[in-house]
Amino acid sequence: MIDWLFLAEVTLAGLGTGALLALPGVAFVLIYKATKVVNLAIGETLMLGAYAYFALTSGLGWPLWLAVPLVLAAGGGFGALVERIMIRPMLGSSAISVFMVTIGLGAMIVGAVELAWGLEPHRLVTHTSEAPLFIGEAYVPRKTAAAFGVATLVIVVLLLVLRLWPGSLALRATATDPGAAYSCGVSVPRVYSFSWAIASMIAAGAGILVGAVAGISPGMGVFGLTVLAVVIMGGLDSVLGVLLAALLVGFAESVVVAYLGGEYKLITTFALLLLMLLVRPHGLLGTAEIDRL
Amino acid sequence: MTTLSTPALPRRQATVLALSAVAFVAAPFVVSNYWLYWICLMAINTISATGLNILTGYTGLSSLGQAAFMGVGAYTLALLQQHLPLPFPLALLAAGLVAAIIGLVVGMPSLRVKGLYLAIATIAASVVLEFVFTNWQSVTNGTKGLTLAPASFFGQPLDQPGQLYWVIVPTAIVLVAMAANLFRTRVGRAFIAIRDRDISAEVLGIPLLRYKLMSFGLASFYAGVAGGLWAFFFRVVTPDAFPIVLSIFFLAAIIVGGLGTIAGGVIGAIFMTLVPELLRLVFGLLTAWVPDAMAVIPSVRSIIFGALIVGFLLFEPQGIAAIVSRISRRSRARASC
Amino acid sequence: MRSEKSTPTIGVHIPTARAADAKPVLEVRGLSLRFGGIRALNNVSFSVAPGSITALIGPNGAGKTSLFNCISGFYGPFKGEVLFRGHPITRLRPPVRARMGLARTFQNIALFRGMTVLDNIKLGRHAHMRSNLLDGLLYWGRAHREEEALTREVDERILDLLELGPIRDESVANLAYGLRKRVELARALAMQPVVLLLDEPVAGMNREETEDIARLILKVRDEWKLSVLMVEHDMGMVMDLSDHVAVLSFGRLIAQGKPEVVQQDPEVIAAYLGTNAAGQLEPATQEVHA
Repeated sequence: MIDWLFLAEVTLAGLGTGALLALPGVAFVLIYKATKVVNLAIGETLMLGAYAYFALTSGLGWPLWLAVPLVLAAGGGFGALVERIMIRPMLGSSAISVFMVTIGLGAMIVGAVELAWGLEPHRLVTHTSEAPLFIGEAYVPRKTAAAFGVATLVIVVLLLVLRLWPGSLALRATATDPGAAYSCGVSVPRVYSFSWAIASMIAAGAGILVGAVAGISPGMGVFGLTVLAVVIMGGLDSVLGVLLAALLVGFAESVVVAYLGGEYKLITTFALLLLMLLVRPHGLLGTAEIDRL
Repeated sequence: MTTLSTPALPRRQATVLALSAVAFVAAPFVVSNYWLYWICLMAINTISATGLNILTGYTGLSSLGQAAFMGVGAYTLALLQQHLPLPFPLALLAAGLVAAIIGLVVGMPSLRVKGLYLAIATIAASVVLEFVFTNWQSVTNGTKGLTLAPASFFGQPLDQPGQLYWVIVPTAIVLVAMAANLFRTRVGRAFIAIRDRDISAEVLGIPLLRYKLMSFGLASFYAGVAGGLWAFFFRVVTPDAFPIVLSIFFLAAIIVGGLGTIAGGVIGAIFMTLVPELLRLVFGLLTAWVPDAMAVIPSVRSIIFGALIVGFLLFEPQGIAAIVSRISRRSRARASC
Repeated sequence: MRSEKSTPTIGVHIPTARAADAKPVLEVRGLSLRFGGIRALNNVSFSVAPGSITALIGPNGAGKTSLFNCISGFYGPFKGEVLFRGHPITRLRPPVRARMGLARTFQNIALFRGMTVLDNIKLGRHAHMRSNLLDGLLYWGRAHREEEALTREVDERILDLLELGPIRDESVANLAYGLRKRVELARALAMQPVVLLLDEPVAGMNREETEDIARLILKVRDEWKLSVLMVEHDMGMVMDLSDHVAVLSFGRLIAQGKPEVVQQDPEVIAAYLGTNAAGQLEPATQEVHA
C-alpha cells in the first residue's frame, strides 16, 4: 500500500527543491543565451549571495528588507564586474578557454568564502514563523513554501519581461550574431554586462532562498553541480526546458532522499544526466546545433 | 605553437639530454630522502598532467575527471594486489587499461556532441565514481579505504622513496617521451587538427568520434597509471583522495605550464607539486604570528590555483613554456648579433 | 576502409583519353537541397569528365557552395545522388569521401593555426597513412619510416611545385593571405586526390597571383592526372582554364557546355546582367598556359 500522504509531502518537497534549482538554472541560461558562455561559477555566485546575506543579517544585524536589496545589488555588481574583467577580454578565444576561466573563478570564490567565514555550516536568519504549513493534510516546511513562492514569482516576472520588453530582442540578436547586432546599433558590451548582472543578481537571490531553506556552508557550490545537470538536461538555451528539468530533478531527488537516504541524492541526479546525454544530449527542449560551413 | 617535425637532434638538445640522463641516474645517491619524495610526487603528477594535456592542450577537449580516473587506477592496483597479485609493471598496465576503458564508456555518449559535453560528462563521472568508491563497501572498504603492501622487486620490498624512484621516474620518462613521439606522427597531427578546426579535419578524412575517443582514452590511461603509482607510493587509497578540486588543480597545472606543449605538462606538474609545499613553508612561518595559519592552507590553495587559471588564460594562455621559449629565442637572437 | 597502398605515391594514373564518352569521374544527378522552406538546389545534374577542368559559375547565392557541400558530404540532399567514379557516395560521410580521393579547399581558408606549413600539408595525407596510436607512441619503427618518407615526398613533389619551400617550417598563423591559400592547395594535393574541388581558389588575389594559381592548376592537372571542379567568379580565369562550364542560378542549372558557348547563352547573360556583372563576361586576352 502506498502511503499517499507521504508521497504527497515528498512531491511538495520536490517541487520546492525544483523551484530552488530553477532560479540559478534560469540565470545560467540567461548568460548562455546572451553571451554563449557556460558559466560553471553560477553555483559559487549563489553561495556568495547566501554568505553576503549572512554577513549582513547575522554579522551586522541588518533587517531582511534592507539586506535583501543590498545582496541583490551586490550580486548584480559582481556579475557585471566579472564579465568586464574576466569574460570580455576572452571574447576571441575558444569556448573551452572561457569555460575554464569560470572554473578558476569558482575555485577562487570557494577559497575566499572559506577564508572569510570558515568551514562550518551556518543558519540564515529570515524571521519567518516556525509554525507548520499544511496543504490539505500534507506538511510543508514554511520556508520551503515561501522559497517556492518567491522563486515562481521571479521566474514568471523574468519570462514576462523577456517576452514583452522590446530590449529582449537586442538580447537575442546579440546572442545569435554579435557582429550583426553591433552594426544595427545594439550596444553589444552593454548587453553583455547587463545579462551577466541580471543573471548574477538572480543567482545571488537564489542563494538567500537556498540558504534560508537548507543553511549555508562552503560546500554549497555542489548545488551548482546539480544546477549544471539540470541545465544540461533541460537544454542549455531553453528557459522552459530548464524549468521542466528542475522540477523533474527536484522530484527525483526528493523521492530518492525520502525512500533511500541522503547519500543517493547526487548520484541519482548525475545518473539521470548521463542517461540524458546518451539519449538526447541537447536536452529536453534545447536546440540541436546545426553547423553551417 | 608546436613544432612537430623536428630534424635530427641539434647539439644543444643532445647535451641537455645527456646531462639529464646523468642527473637521473645520480639523484637517488646524492639527494636526500626529503627531495626524493618530492621528485617521485612530481613524476606522478607529470604523468597525469601530460595525459590531461594530450586531451585538453592538444585535442581541445576539457575534462574535470582526471583525478577520478587516477582514483580508478589507484583502486584497481590496490584490489589487484589483494586478489590477483601481478608483477608491478603488469599491475600498472592494468590500472591504466581499466581507467582507459571507463574513460571510453564515459566518452562514448558525450563525444558525439560538442566538446563541452565531455566536460559535463566527466563531472558526472567524478560524482558517480566517488559514490562508488565510498559506498561499494564490500570491494572498496568505503571511507576507510584500502591499504597496500609495498611493491616488491624480486622479493625486495620497495618502501623508500629512494627505491620507488626507480619505478616511478622511469615510467614518467617513458610516458612523456611517448607523448612527445605521438605529436610527430599522423595521429598526433590529427588531434591538433581536431582542436583547431574540426570540420576541416573531417574533410581531410579524420573520423572525429574515433579520434576524440582515442585522445580521451589515452588521457585516462595516463591518469590510471599515475593513480597506480600513487597507490604504490602512499600505500593507502581512500575515496576522499581524488576530489574534483584535484582535477581543477591539474587543469591549472597544464594551463600554467603550457597547453599543447610537452614541456608544459612537465613544468605544470612541477609547479603544482611545489606550490602547496611552498604554501606550507610560508604558512608554517606565519604560525608564529597567527596560530591557526596552517588550517587555511587548503582555502588559500584554492584561491591561488583559481587565480592562476584565470590569470594565465587572460594574459599568458600559452603558459610558462611559451615564456621560456620566448626568452630563449630572444637570447639566441641577441647572441647571434 | 583503409587504403592498401604500402608506399605513399602522389597522383593516380587515369587514362589520358578525355573523350566525351569516357565515364565521368564525378557526377551529380537530380540533386535537390532544402533549408527549411528554401530550395537551395533544384534538380541539378552535371558531370565532370576525367582529366578536365570544370568551372561552376553563377551569381552570388546561386547555390555553388551548397553544391560543393553536398559533394563533400556536409549537406544531405533530400533528392538526387552524387556519384564518384561511378559509385554512389550520397550517403557516405566526409572522411570516407576523402579517403576515396575527393579533396576540397574552402572559401574561407581552413588551415590549422597551431601547426607549421609542413605539418598542415602532411595532414592532407592522413587518410592514406597507416601508422596508428600505438605506432605513434612508440615512434621508432613504422611511424618513423612513414613520416620520413612523407616529408621527403612533400619536399620533392609539393613544396617545390607551389614554391612554399622557404616557409616550410613557419607557423601558418603568421602567413599572408595569398600564401595561406597556396598552403591550402598544397594540403589538398597531399590528399592524393582524384578530383580536386576548389572553392574560389583566387578570391582576393591580384592579377599576378591569379595567373600563378591558374598556371599551377593547369600544371597539377597535367602532371598528376587529376580532375578539377572549381567555383570561380573571375571570368577571365574561367574562360581560359576550363574545358567545361556549368552555370547555376537560384539553385538551378541554367546552362552547361564549352566556355565560349555558355558565354553567349542568353539565359546566362540575363542571370548576370540582373546582378550588374555583365562586364565580367569579357574573356581575358592574356595567355595563361604554362
